[in-house]
Amino acid sequence: MTMAFESINYTYPGSGTGVHDLSMTVGPGELVALIGASGSGKTTALKLLAGFTRPQAGLIRIGDRDVTEVTAEERRLGVVFQNYALFPHLCAWENVAFPLRVRGVPHPIRRAQAIQMLERVGMGARVGSMPHMLSGGQQQRVALARALVFDPKGLLLDEPLSALDAALRVEMRDEILRVQRQSGIATLLVTHDQEEALSVADRVAVMREGRIVQIGTPRVLYDTPVDAYVAGFVGQSNLWPGIVEREGLVGTSVGPIACVTGTRTRGDAVIVFVRPEWIEPLARSPRAEVAGEIAGETLSDRFLGPVRRIDLAVGTGMVRLETHLRTPVSAVRIPPERVRLLPPLE
Amino acid sequence: MIGKSLRIVFLAALFIYFALPLIMTVIFSLSRGQAGFGPDAYVALLSRGDLLAPLWMSAQLALATVACILLVMVPAVIAVHLFAPRLRMLLELAAILPFVIPGIALVAGLSVLISGPGWLIGSPFFLTLPYFFLALPYAYRAIDIAISNLDLAQLRLAAASLGAGVGRTILWVVMPNLWPALVNAALMTFTVVLGEFTVANILLFQTFPVSINLVGKSEPAEAAALTIVSFLLTWIALLIVLLVGRNSRKTFDPVQSGASS
Repeated sequence: MTMAFESINYTYPGSGTGVHDLSMTVGPGELVALIGASGSGKTTALKLLAGFTRPQAGLIRIGDRDVTEVTAEERRLGVVFQNYALFPHLCAWENVAFPLRVRGVPHPIRRAQAIQMLERVGMGARVGSMPHMLSGGQQQRVALARALVFDPKGLLLDEPLSALDAALRVEMRDEILRVQRQSGIATLLVTHDQEEALSVADRVAVMREGRIVQIGTPRVLYDTPVDAYVAGFVGQSNLWPGIVEREGLVGTSVGPIACVTGTRTRGDAVIVFVRPEWIEPLARSPRAEVAGEIAGETLSDRFLGPVRRIDLAVGTGMVRLETHLRTPVSAVRIPPERVRLLPPLE
Repeated sequence: MIGKSLRIVFLAALFIYFALPLIMTVIFSLSRGQAGFGPDAYVALLSRGDLLAPLWMSAQLALATVACILLVMVPAVIAVHLFAPRLRMLLELAAILPFVIPGIALVAGLSVLISGPGWLIGSPFFLTLPYFFLALPYAYRAIDIAISNLDLAQLRLAAASLGAGVGRTILWVVMPNLWPALVNAALMTFTVVLGEFTVANILLFQTFPVSINLVGKSEPAEAAALTIVSFLLTWIALLIVLLVGRNSRKTFDPVQSGASS
């Protein structure tokens, strides 16, 4: 079933923060991630969709139905909270059976369904455990089972992995994705972790100051961000403010960069954007007459396992590259075809 | 070393301060004057018929106060936590007031403010009103701490997303988690009412503590014995509070305990 925001506006009383003119659709079986910095409005969007908060303008649809005025109880959406929000007095299966109890499902049936759902999330061995006896990851699995057991129309995940340690986060990320794919349920994931969003979502929406700045597949967002904010938020970036000197050449703090300038003309302000892994290390000295071949002094050289991340001081700026090479790097080539020009910051 | 010595001296002083009056009361209650010691005062207590009625009256007042506290405070604290967290300061303030307002001022204020209904004014149950305020700090604190530990707002959202309205959330989620705190609040209220003397004495109602005082004027050894008995009753009540609190933290894991699920 589809979940959709249509021109939603909500401003918190006494402040200008909230969401503004928010329009977005989560298709059947699709997993859309909302990412953004703290206060960008992503959690507010989730609360609006869940029915915890009423919008001041706009429509919220689930399927074909306008649910803007429908209470959270009646929306039939599964929600997984950041701190799990399991009921402390109920054991795992009783927690999972809670929504079935609310709907009047007889005790033996709801118990069987709850245990079956717990088995689906790998918690079949702990059905009688109280929440405080379970680890963070186990509690999150129970919360996921509880959110899915009543066949909800959509699934909302509010920072579901942020309370877990790094190794468990990866494991649970894969688990959530597996269960979501198995259920074929429309899912909205709110997270501040761009890596988490890129790795699980079909589409990612980047929010800033209550608005969606860009929405697209992880690949589109990574390769062609619409502005420096998205580029900086999604992955590592080199972002150099520059001025178009002539067609195919932009002057920057790290020197002239050859690139496709498109419709921009001489004197236009731009931001030059290149991902660190798109930059090629040079084994020889750079040629002065070739724009985009640069020599620099190593500021830092960090070993990250699969790659090394090297920061080179060049002119008054800095070039960051990632490479598999193990040899020292002091010169690089910035391939013109990989360079993107973004609008200057307002 | 000096710190340890100071701590021992401090603890000894505290022990003497609290235990000495009790020990002396026990000795006095067992004293036969020049004839040595014996349980005569306790035996005499059992044969007295004039203490049962005040004890029953105090017990009824305690039950009525507990009912008022639970009926008023539980919904109030839940509502404040769920819908108006900013009003919590007001409740905190109200809960402190009984500590700073003397009993006589409380009685005078209530007598002026409450002029009816008639059946309440002349009845010992009028005491329920001042007792409500006297027990408020203890009951409020017990309920408030339990609710604060629950993250009620988050559980309310979770229950709502699972289809439960406010009524079911309170009945199925909040109340089961509050149960130990409610027992705690009820027993604290019970003990406060059972030991209250000033207000009942001012308003001339014959409650249990007032009766102890009267007995003390004619039969000091029996009054001392009665004090020890009521003290033990209070301690038993507090012990029940502790046991309830401890049991509420014990949970059953059928998997770990080997039972089938």
